[in-house]
Amino acid sequence: MTDLSQPATALPSLQRRFEGRALRSIILTSLAWFTAIVASVPLLSVLYMLITKGGARLNLEVFTELPPTGFEMGGGFGNAMAGTFVMVGIAAAIAVPVGILAAVFLAELGPDSKLANASRFAAKMLTGLPSILAGVFAYALVVMTTGTYSAPAGGVALAVLMLPIVVLTAEEAMKMVPKIMKDAAYGMGCTRAQVIMKIVLPTGLPAILTGVMLAVARAAGETAPLLFTALFSNYWIYHDGSLAVMNPTASLAVLIYNFSGMPFDNQLELAWAASLVLVMIVLLVNIVSRIFGKPKY
Amino acid sequence: MNTPFDIPENPDSACRPPSAKDFLVDRIFRALARIGVALILALVFALIFEVGRKALPGMEKHGFDVLFGTVWDVNQGKYGILPAIWGTLYSAFIALLIAGFFGVSMAIFLTQDFLPAKLAAVFRTIVELLAAIPSVVYGLWGIYVVIPAIRPLTAWLNSELGWIPFFGTSLSGPGLLPAALVLAIMILPTVAAVSQDALTSVPMKTKQAAYGLGTTHWEAILKVMVPSAATGIFGSLVLGLGRALGETMALAMLVGNANTITVSLFAPANTLAALLALNFPEAGPTEVEVLMYAALVLMFITLLVNVLGSLLMLYAQRGNK
Repeated sequence: MTDLSQPATALPSLQRRFEGRALRSIILTSLAWFTAIVASVPLLSVLYMLITKGGARLNLEVFTELPPTGFEMGGGFGNAMAGTFVMVGIAAAIAVPVGILAAVFLAELGPDSKLANASRFAAKMLTGLPSILAGVFAYALVVMTTGTYSAPAGGVALAVLMLPIVVLTAEEAMKMVPKIMKDAAYGMGCTRAQVIMKIVLPTGLPAILTGVMLAVARAAGETAPLLFTALFSNYWIYHDGSLAVMNPTASLAVLIYNFSGMPFDNQLELAWAASLVLVMIVLLVNIVSRIFGKPKY
Repeated sequence: MNTPFDIPENPDSACRPPSAKDFLVDRIFRALARIGVALILALVFALIFEVGRKALPGMEKHGFDVLFGTVWDVNQGKYGILPAIWGTLYSAFIALLIAGFFGVSMAIFLTQDFLPAKLAAVFRTIVELLAAIPSVVYGLWGIYVVIPAIRPLTAWLNSELGWIPFFGTSLSGPGLLPAALVLAIMILPTVAAVSQDALTSVPMKTKQAAYGLGTTHWEAILKVMVPSAATGIFGSLVLGLGRALGETMALAMLVGNANTITVSLFAPANTLAALLALNFPEAGPTEVEVLMYAALVLMFITLLVNVLGSLLMLYAQRGNK
C-alpha cells in the first residue's frame, strides 16, 4: 500500500518477478509444437515406406502383368488397375449426373423448400455412412439380385459414396456464382434452364470439377465396399475377346488387402508397389483439383 | 408464343424471347433436377429398407440372441455380435481420445497465430493429405510399421504394469492398440478441420477483448477462445467418432478378429465393420441374414452419432450468428 498523503518520489516499479502464467504459456506452446510435429510423423512415415518399399518393386511389368499365385515370381496388377478404372467410371457415370442435377435444385430451383432441406440433410448423413454399409447395400441390391459378384455391383457401391460429395460440393460451387450474373440473364428473358446451363454451370465449373475429382479420388481408394461386391479376380476384365462385366472384378485396393496378409515376399512387395501407385493416383487427383479448382471470379 | 408486346421479326437477331422449345427444355430440366434431388432421399430410404428387409429373416430367427450372444460359430449356428459391438465402441473411443487431443491442439496451433501464414498452410496441407490416403494403405502400414514399432513398449508395459487391466495381456501381433492408433490417424483430419472452422468463426473482437484484459496468449485461448468454440469442437469430436465407428479396412487388418470382450489394449478384438468385411465374402444364405442384421446395428449406431454431430454443428453455427 502506498501512502497517498505523501508526494510520489518515484514511479512504482513496473518490473515484476517471473510469473507462473508466463511459464505455463511457454510450456503449452512447446506442447503445441510437439503435437503438431508428432501429428506429421505418420504421413511422412507412410510416404517413406511407400517410396522405399513400393518404389523398389515398381517397374513397367507390374502395370501389364496379372497377379502371381502362390510361389510364382514376378507378376503385377495390370488387371486390378483396369478394374479400378472401370468401377470408378461406372460409379462416376451414376453419381455425377444425378449429383449435379440434385445440386442444381438445391442451389437454384428450390433452396429452401422442404424437399431441399430433407435432401441436404440426407446427403450430409450419407457423407458419414460407413463405406462398408455402401457395400452391404450394393450386395443386397445388385449381388443378391443378379446372383453374381460383378463390376457394376462395385460401381453402385462406390456411387453411393461419391454422390453426397458431388452434391454438396456442387451446391456450394453454384451458390458462389454472383447473383448479378444470374439477374442479368433473367433480365434478358432467359428461362431458368437457360440461366443454369449458360451461366451457373459454366461459371461454377472449376469448383464443381474439384468436387467430382475429390469424389473420384475417394472412390478409387475405397476397399470395404468392393470386398464383397466386386470381390477379386486374377484375370483381365477384357478377355477372350469380350468384356467380362458380370464377373468378379479385380481392383487395386482389394489386391493390396489380399496380398497384405500373404506369407510370400513377392506378393508383399506387390502390395507395397500397388499402394504406391494408388496413393500417387489419389494424391495427383487431389493436387490437380486444388490447383485448377480455384474459382476465377 | 404469346408475348405481351410485339417483337419485330428479325431472323438474324440473337435477341429473341424463349421459344416453345426453350420452355419445353426448361420444364424437362427442372423436372430432372427435382428427380435428382428426390433420388438422394430415395437412396437413404432404399439403404435402410433394403438392408432391413434382408435382415428381417435373421431378426425373426435369432431375435436378441444375436445382440447379446458372445460366440460366433457358423458351424454351430451361433451368431453373437456382442464382442464386435464392444470392440467397435471401445476402439472408437480410444481412437477419439488420441485424435481428440492431437486434433484439437493442432486446430489451436494452426488458428491462434503461432505460425507465419505459409508454415501454417504447410501443416494444414499435411493434415488434409492424411485424409487422402486410402484406409487399406494405412492398414498395410499399420501391419509392417506400427505393430513392430510399439511392440517393445507394450511388452515393457505388460511385464511391469501387467496388474492394470489395460495392460493385462501381451501384444502378439494384431490388437486393439495398433488398430486404435491407426484409427486415430485416420480421424485426426476430420477433428482438426472441423475444430479449425469452429475456432476461426469466433469473432476477432472476443480475442482482442481478452488481450485487453491482460491475459496471456494461452489464457486467451483456453479461457476465451476454446469455450466460445466449444459446441463446434464438441461437434468435431462427435463427427470423428462417427467416422471411427464405421471405419473398416484398418480395423479388419489390425484388430485381430478375436471374438472376445476385453479391456486390455494389447488383446486382439473385433468390430462390427471388420466382422462384415471378413465374413461377407464367403457367407452362406443363413449367415448373410445375420450379417445384414449386424449391418443394421452398425447403421443404427453410426446414424445416431452422425445425426447428433450434425445437430451440434447446426446449433454451433446458429450460436455464432
